Amino acid sequence: MKKLLEVKDLHISFHTFAGEVQAIRGVDFDLYEGETLAIVGESGSGKSVTTKSIMRLLPQGNSEIKSGEILFNGENLATASEKKMQKIRGKDISMIFQDPMTSLNPTMTIGKQIMEPLIKHRDLSKSEASKRAVKLLDLVGISKPETRLKQYPHQFSGGMRQRVVIAIALACAPKVLIADEPTTALDVTIQGQILDLMKDLQKKIETSIIFITHDLGVVANVADRVAVMYGGKIVEVGTVDEIFYNPQHPYTWGLISSMPSLDSQDEELFVIPGTPPDLLHPPKGDAFAPRNPYAMKIDKEEEPPMFKVSDTHYAATWLLHPDAPKVEPPLAVQERQAKFRASIKGDK
Amino acid sequence: MAKYITKRIIYLIITLFIIASVTFFLMKFLPGTPFSNEERLTIEQREILNAKYGLDQPIPIQYMNYMVNIVKGDLGVSFQFENQPVMDLLMNRIGPSMQLGVQAMIIGTIIGIALGVLAAMFQNTWIDYGSTFLAILGKSIPSFVLAALLQYYIGVKLGWLPVASWNGFSSSILPTIALACFPIATAARFMRTELIEVFGSDYITLAKAKGNSRGEVAVKHAIRNALIPLITVLGPMAVGLMTGSMVVEKVFAVPGIGEQFVKSIMTNDFPIIMGTTLFFAFLLTVIILIIDILYGIIDPRIRLNGGDK
Ligand SMILES: Nc1ncnc2c1ncn2[C@@H]1O[C@H](COP(=O)(O)OP(=O)(O)OP(=O)(O)O)[C@@H](O)[C@H]1O
Ligand SMILES: [Mg+2]
Repeated sequence: MKKLLEVKDLHISFHTFAGEVQAIRGVDFDLYEGETLAIVGESGSGKSVTTKSIMRLLPQGNSEIKSGEILFNGENLATASEKKMQKIRGKDISMIFQDPMTSLNPTMTIGKQIMEPLIKHRDLSKSEASKRAVKLLDLVGISKPETRLKQYPHQFSGGMRQRVVIAIALACAPKVLIADEPTTALDVTIQGQILDLMKDLQKKIETSIIFITHDLGVVANVADRVAVMYGGKIVEVGTVDEIFYNPQHPYTWGLISSMPSLDSQDEELFVIPGTPPDLLHPPKGDAFAPRNPYAMKIDKEEEPPMFKVSDTHYAATWLLHPDAPKVEPPLAVQERQAKFRASIKGDK
Repeated sequence: MAKYITKRIIYLIITLFIIASVTFFLMKFLPGTPFSNEERLTIEQREILNAKYGLDQPIPIQYMNYMVNIVKGDLGVSFQFENQPVMDLLMNRIGPSMQLGVQAMIIGTIIGIALGVLAAMFQNTWIDYGSTFLAILGKSIPSFVLAALLQYYIGVKLGWLPVASWNGFSSSILPTIALACFPIATAARFMRTELIEVFGSDYITLAKAKGNSRGEVAVKHAIRNALIPLITVLGPMAVGLMTGSMVVEKVFAVPGIGEQFVKSIMTNDFPIIMGTTLFFAFLLTVIILIIDILYGIIDPRIRLNGGDK
């Protein structure tokens, strides 16, 4: 498969009154053509900042890409001009946001909002763009598209609005679609519909998706590969199977243990103890060490490098060092794995 | 929309009725009559005058007469300018006042919005600080001080524009500037705050994510949304202009309603006071109606709900 996007050693800081918040501290990942890469991790781990930086949509005043590269079509987006970025945004790379209630302009008709990128990037006339918008609404499953085009966002439900946002994002058939928690704000049945729609459209439009979520259940459903973020770094990356059946990083174990499963409704959910690292003063060693029951002395002193588990699977934990003691994942993780196996067999 | 406007007009009439009644009774509770200052009048003469103007009748009857006359468009006869109907006196003076008010309102909102948009788009640059400084100045300098300053420097010292006379457009420039400062400052501050908030919203990020430039984002997506709350302060701004105009009219000797109003209060000229109050109330309610309609035009959520409510 061809690499579409390459993020290399990305460092991003925010300058605040309290000091420099080192939100992203060396992120590397690739995105291949046609795949869905999920980025998971707890709140504040840097998922949104990473993806916003790809579109260069970070707040202008106080953010800074300190170093690193974002390679797309032979161009480094980290240093590209604003003009260049305006040509890429909405055409080659698009974005879907978390809250459909606030991501549409309340005083502009749905039609205009969908036609905007078409007129901008595809040089379509108004009537051509309008025809295309009807098709797009139809594609995302909105009935009576001709009348709907003339309506305003407040006349749509949350799920419908997210469909509209998807139509806007896919209007120019982008190569990369970034979906930042696109279903978090929706209720469960609608979530499922939106996920199905996205999977369906991905095949039709042949786009790659970066899917941000903190719901591992969703990941198993949509992703080909998973990157786990913690404290502004990717701590483990691998295919879905590798992350679910053979996770290596203790933080990934924690995430999997804290997943709710359908048949354990009233069981108390596991919560990873402790608090996220202070990114104003990042620790010297492994940022996860203070919360890691398996932490060793070296974890507090030196950051672990990415250890290779397989050609597609890497994890940044000293436990993978040849000299480290052998540690089994916690019981909860093993139990979940058994359940995944059973449920996936049931699905197929 | 038509139904909505009809409903608003009915409200407008009810509001005016209430204001007319309240003004009437307030005036009745004020001590003194227009003739109580005239020491030379004998008691008999005073009674004759009271009878002539209907001030000897029981208050409910006076009220009835007053209201009936209002509906007929008759606001009574002035006490100080004998035999002159209040309506005529007002009509003679509406022109200059309206001209000043409308000019100041238009200049105020346009310049104010422009300053606010610039300040928000270039937040924390010298453009922003400059606009903030102007706004604070405009808000804190009382209009009569400004009026006097303008008169002295531009009128007297430089001799560019006429001072304290009323003929033609050129004599309306200085009073308009004096009046427009407050709306400029208000609109600029308000627009800046609203626009900065709008710039932070998700749909603006989406607009950027479509490939819009900063200018396009502001013009196509942000300004319209920031205007909605600004419309709410247009009403109070108009009130500010009316009250401000009394002083400014006096300073620039503009033959407007405000100037006459001040004079009438000093002479207890009831019919003119009541007539002017009613006129201001009428103007205000009409402004509020226009603002409501503007809301409907700018904000689709109101336009559509208003129609079928
Ligand atoms: N505008 C900003 N100014 C200062 N710090 C910021 C800003 N935006 C983000 N950060 C910091 O960057 C870090 C990463 O934030 P980010 O929004 O990427 O987290 P996230 O993984 O997307 O979390 P969530 O799941 O809550 O969306 C956080 O520690 C946050 O405090
Ligand atoms: Mg986020």
